[in-house]
Amino acid sequence: MNAQVGKGLTVRGIDKRFGLFRALADVTLQVHEGEFFTLLGPSGCGKTTLLRIIAGLELPDAGQVVLGGQDITSLPANKRQVNTVFQSYALFPHLNIFENVAFGLRSRKFTQEEIQSRVNRRLEMLGLEEMDRRYPHQLSGGQKQRVALARALVNEPDVLLLDEPMSALDARLRAQVQEELRRLQRKLGQTFILVTHDQAEALVVSDRIAVMNQGRIIQFGTPKDVYERPENQFVAEFLGAANLLHGRGVDKGIETAIGFFHLGQTPPWDQGTVAIRPERIRIASQSPARNGVRARVRETIYRGPNLDLWLEPGPLRVRTPSQRDYESGEEIWLELPPEGLVILDE
Amino acid sequence: MRRTHPLISAAALLTMGFLYLPLLSVAVFSVNATRYGLVWRGFTLDWYIQLVHNEFILEAAWNTLVLAVASTLVATVFGTVLAIGLDRFPWSKRTNTFLDIVLHVPVVIPDIILAAALVVAFGLLRALSSVFEPGLFNMIIGHITFQIAFVALVVRSRLVSIGREIEEAARDLFASTPYILRRITLPLLLPGIVAGAMLAFTLSLDDFVISFFTAGPESVTLPLFIFAAVRRGVTPQIHALSTLVVLITVILIIGMERFTRK
Repeated sequence: MNAQVGKGLTVRGIDKRFGLFRALADVTLQVHEGEFFTLLGPSGCGKTTLLRIIAGLELPDAGQVVLGGQDITSLPANKRQVNTVFQSYALFPHLNIFENVAFGLRSRKFTQEEIQSRVNRRLEMLGLEEMDRRYPHQLSGGQKQRVALARALVNEPDVLLLDEPMSALDARLRAQVQEELRRLQRKLGQTFILVTHDQAEALVVSDRIAVMNQGRIIQFGTPKDVYERPENQFVAEFLGAANLLHGRGVDKGIETAIGFFHLGQTPPWDQGTVAIRPERIRIASQSPARNGVRARVRETIYRGPNLDLWLEPGPLRVRTPSQRDYESGEEIWLELPPEGLVILDE
Repeated sequence: MRRTHPLISAAALLTMGFLYLPLLSVAVFSVNATRYGLVWRGFTLDWYIQLVHNEFILEAAWNTLVLAVASTLVATVFGTVLAIGLDRFPWSKRTNTFLDIVLHVPVVIPDIILAAALVVAFGLLRALSSVFEPGLFNMIIGHITFQIAFVALVVRSRLVSIGREIEEAARDLFASTPYILRRITLPLLLPGIVAGAMLAFTLSLDDFVISFFTAGPESVTLPLFIFAAVRRGVTPQIHALSTLVVLITVILIIGMERFTRK
């Protein structure tokens, strides 16, 4: 393993059980300094437990948490340079916004002037300067979320943890906040670790994503990696829609029930699966030179900018710009280009 | 809106009447200008004025107040600490169930049983020290024993509604345990603590059974005085005194409601 760079975070061989339930199974990951890292997975996959272990709110049964070269596994939460934005925000209801944000500085006995200037700077940065005398119950969901963010960031943590911070916001606001969060992280250059079950959110904000399922990390990669090159069926299906083709692996191709398809390389298995995203399938005007399929439109779903077609045989899902309409029963040619077909692990 | 069946309204009114008419009639007789009989003879506050001039009653009122204040103070502190310990310490499931039962026993146990037990306990303690002679000190201890459970139950329900995430957030923000207790838990808990204390206070104020079994000759409280006086015949002063006790209790209960709703 490489020498630790700066204030990066390493998690090594973490195991955690709750009774008979194994929440985390030998989880290892490395987060670089200044990176926006996302733990993505369905509910119950262990991502929040892992976050709580990094925060120091939960002790692992085995394994290590190393921050900036120092083993912090058994250090309690109040001794770690790590701060958290909680899912419910957990603002202090009896303290006003200024005191909420100042809490971490007061705990560490900063001087009054220091507190004043740091808190005001954060409130200003997040557009909350008018709110400092209000109380949490007087704020909207979006404002509360920004207070929670300010309260954590004011401490300039080595790592900022975000536990599904967008889940309480409505869809429109969420999209806007995701972009803001992304920009904020770029500007500050701080390490962020986000936990989410929303794949679209993960793709928007992250530098790197770890996809988790059943207490394990299934795949690491950039958003483009995990979306375009999923390694297995779970990742392919969890990150958006995917067409799965089962068949027999042959030299640089796969023999399926709907025909033979050329692949960029030879699959490492005899029987297996390849995946293709609906938007990677092309609609051709005539029989393509290779990887063509003659298909009949069964159903069309209008999605605004795009149109989803469900086709026989398959069923295959194709996503196409919605300029042209398709009739149910219409026959069209499809091309499944080799670069769009991804070989999945067994 | 749905209309209620007249029978249901009637039953509700009857129940209310059943509960409150005796209290109301006591209040009415306390301002009736006649010593005997059930006939209205005009409004008077004489009986209340006489109360203030009755030495025994004043002493009993003073004893009641001392008993209620002292026992409530101690019970509130212990009850709060107990509630925090019960709710926040990571007890195993089985221990938790056990503690829950232990906490509810003083609430559901008949007063007379607790009183008899206290008599036995003080009897044994008297062998060690003469402090445990029947009297105000024993009464305070007796009241504390049942008040603690009530305070703990009220405070614990408040703790449950606060949840743990806020304390976790405070810990995440570098706060030590005493600092969390001082700046987060106790301020958020205050309405629950006050409500628990008010409940304990009213319980002490009108307790008869425990007081009766633990009191000495010098420590007559208002309920004990009323009991003794009624045996000699109900006088309008007793009506006035009872009305006052009920009024104070009602005010405290309303205050408690206000506080817990916040």
